[in-house]
Amino acid sequence: MKSKLTFAAALLAATVLSGAAGAKTLVYCSEGSPEGFDPALYTAGTTFDASSKPVYNRLVQFEPGTTKTVPGLAESWEISDDGLEVTFKLRQGVKFHTTDFFTPSRDFNADDVLFSFNRQLQEDHPYHAYVEGASWEYFNGMSMPDLVKSIEKVDDYTVKFVLNRPEAPFIANLAMDFASIFSKEYADKLAESGNLSDLNQKPVGTGPFQFVAYQPDAVIRYKAHPDYWNGKQPIDDLVFAITTEASVRQQKLIAGECHITPYPNPADIESLKANDALKVDEQEGLNVGYLAYNTQQAPFDNAKVRKALNMAINKEAILDAVFQGAGQAAKNPIPPTMWSYNDAVEDDAYDPEAAKKMLEEEGVSDLSMKVWAMPVQRPYNPNARRMAELIQEDFSKVGVDVEIVSVEWTEYLDVTGNVDRDGAVLLGWTGDNGDPDNFLAVLLGCDGVGGANRAQWCNDEFEALIQKAKTLSSQEERAKLYEEAQLVFKREAPWATIAHSVVHMPMRKEVTGYKMDPLGGHAFEGVHIAE
Amino acid sequence: MLRFFLSRLALLIPTFIGVSIVAFSFIRLLPGDPIMLLAGERGMSEERYQQLQALYGFDQPLFVQYFNYMTDLLQGDFGTSIVTKRPLLQEFLTLFPATIELSLCAIIVAVAIGVPLGVIAAVRRGSWLDQTVMGAALVGYSMPIFWWGLLLIIFFSGILGWTPVSGRISLLYFFPPVTGFMLIDSLLSGQAGAFKSALSHLILPTIVLATIPLAVIARQTRSAMLEVLGEDYVRTARSKGLPPRRVIGLHALRNALIPVVTTIGLQVGVLLAGAILTETIFSWPGIGKWMVDSVFKRDYAVVQGGLLLIAAIIMIVNLIVDVLYGLINPRIRH
Repeated sequence: MKSKLTFAAALLAATVLSGAAGAKTLVYCSEGSPEGFDPALYTAGTTFDASSKPVYNRLVQFEPGTTKTVPGLAESWEISDDGLEVTFKLRQGVKFHTTDFFTPSRDFNADDVLFSFNRQLQEDHPYHAYVEGASWEYFNGMSMPDLVKSIEKVDDYTVKFVLNRPEAPFIANLAMDFASIFSKEYADKLAESGNLSDLNQKPVGTGPFQFVAYQPDAVIRYKAHPDYWNGKQPIDDLVFAITTEASVRQQKLIAGECHITPYPNPADIESLKANDALKVDEQEGLNVGYLAYNTQQAPFDNAKVRKALNMAINKEAILDAVFQGAGQAAKNPIPPTMWSYNDAVEDDAYDPEAAKKMLEEEGVSDLSMKVWAMPVQRPYNPNARRMAELIQEDFSKVGVDVEIVSVEWTEYLDVTGNVDRDGAVLLGWTGDNGDPDNFLAVLLGCDGVGGANRAQWCNDEFEALIQKAKTLSSQEERAKLYEEAQLVFKREAPWATIAHSVVHMPMRKEVTGYKMDPLGGHAFEGVHIAE
Repeated sequence: MLRFFLSRLALLIPTFIGVSIVAFSFIRLLPGDPIMLLAGERGMSEERYQQLQALYGFDQPLFVQYFNYMTDLLQGDFGTSIVTKRPLLQEFLTLFPATIELSLCAIIVAVAIGVPLGVIAAVRRGSWLDQTVMGAALVGYSMPIFWWGLLLIIFFSGILGWTPVSGRISLLYFFPPVTGFMLIDSLLSGQAGAFKSALSHLILPTIVLATIPLAVIARQTRSAMLEVLGEDYVRTARSKGLPPRRVIGLHALRNALIPVVTTIGLQVGVLLAGAILTETIFSWPGIGKWMVDSVFKRDYAVVQGGLLLIAAIIMIVNLIVDVLYGLINPRIRH
């Protein structure tokens, strides 16, 4: 009986991974269930992995493995001299998926683009509130309603976006998941039959894989889109096996029940690397973890005090204890993989003696302060409590007494944003669109004071640089301004920049062509299984 | 009898209202705001916050929200998940059969093994067998479920390769759900090997979920048997010269089973609590995991609706048990 069972299990594992009848199936053990299949309704990466990445395309896309924007469903675009009009030339001959529930009668065209954005923009659009609680969070979060004045169809294959102000990151915004292009014909057909909410449950797009079925909390199935405009995929079927527990995902990978899986336990990475059947890719995450002082309160309104405290923090100890090696020290507010990262910036050296002296020179003695520690795990900070304790220890060496404060997460987000909040806050950010503006303006711009700008820092010199950069269309010119802004940031030290995390992706050795996405997504376009 | 039934049924109404109030207020008492959670690190403007509050109806006073909720509920509308934007009842009905299937298997295993073990331990009181069984039961009763599940996976799936790691059926098999019960659906699908695959996926989660109820049932059976074995009618049966198997199996066990059946009934709650962890470990798509995720996401609609549905099911099961007791034992009716 024993041997029979063993044999059956081995046979099962072997057949799962080789796939039935010669079809090549890639099994991805995903970390959670998608909230739905309309990426514009949601904000979770897990949902994007299951919807926008396999099923849809966008006008502009990120080149796989980079944050560089390249043509997607738009072949090219032109920006008017005043920066207020962006005209897209659309790709012709792009086919939507033909599925059990929908057969397209026409190719992708301008109507689909208008539908995809207008449903988010126009409150009277029939699809604006097609599911209860549709709030188009990312569209709003990226300020699209303020930015976009109108979207016009010039002809079947030309679309013009009219903006209220010039905004360079706009192109990068259109590569984000919420900007996925839907089939208007499919939406119209659903509207006729009164099944509007199927748009969120049975997706139809132009992407590399087409949706087959979803069993909630268990399995999502896709197959390769036979007429994909960018060429049919090397694998035939893509299966997401939803497995929330990291240690169970690891066991499934080892047992051969899946080919590739995200978010391993940091402690397991070494043993995964040592396994002959596996390999582990790694990449720096597009994120930053920081400690933000309240720069509107004494003594933190003094840049020298902030600088001195920064010098008291032993980042290497934090990387070892909190990131367990899966991180790198941060010196800038943007991660090194992002364009315009200023590598010439010199980090504040760890020097408690000098820090103590500097504090004395500024007349700061017997300082006691709060350090706020997040109650949740984030890629940019896997254990804020531990990090706060290490900082507490570091600060005590320079005579600063730290009280660690932690409250429930949503309250934390709310309270730490207040202008009159005391002490310094541990928090971080993961980039949305690979544009430096998405870090520098959101987290350190004057508009963010009282909100996402936890340092409550509004510096004229810095603000002028990032505002100007926003209006230029040349990336080269923008990069120069951002590099300068990073120098101002370092000089003024509104934050102690702590770390950028390193993301690991374990997979079986036969998987080839997988490119890690710096934006944190998981896409399987171009992935191959070697014989 | 009818009066007894009606009086029990009438009791359900205030209980249900009580549960609905608890379910409604419980999740709102927890600190945390689903809208701020939605916004995350980005945060949102006060204006946008108010807008979303209004969208979800959270701007109304609590009792108005409760009243609206109950009005919808009476019309069969359990609400829509804040997170997935899908109707709650639809989500519940998709996931519930998986929990039932696993729980049924676990309780069957727990009874099938627990009762005989308890009987043997009682009959051989004080022997090494009794000591072993009761020692094992104590260990089982105190087992940290999460650790136990992972240990079994690493040993049986990882090292020995006997059982699949997680899920309900091999990914090779793909058929639309008919009943939602994988064992039945896999048979209906007619695909060769599907049933066997579904069964092999059930083994480890069933063992993990059955562990605590099994221990409780074995201990309860033992003590009930010990009590009965000392009764006069058992001594009479023995002195009549009946074979020991008949005395224990027929005379003693039947009477000892009454408190055991009550215990088994009480294990429903234990099973649901255990299902939360078991489902999480084995990626089992049931309601336990669904409820926990919803608490973390402060999905008010799912938590309150899910609690109500589970409470309603337990209440109905209890009603059936009560009525059955009434039928069996006339003393309870009066």
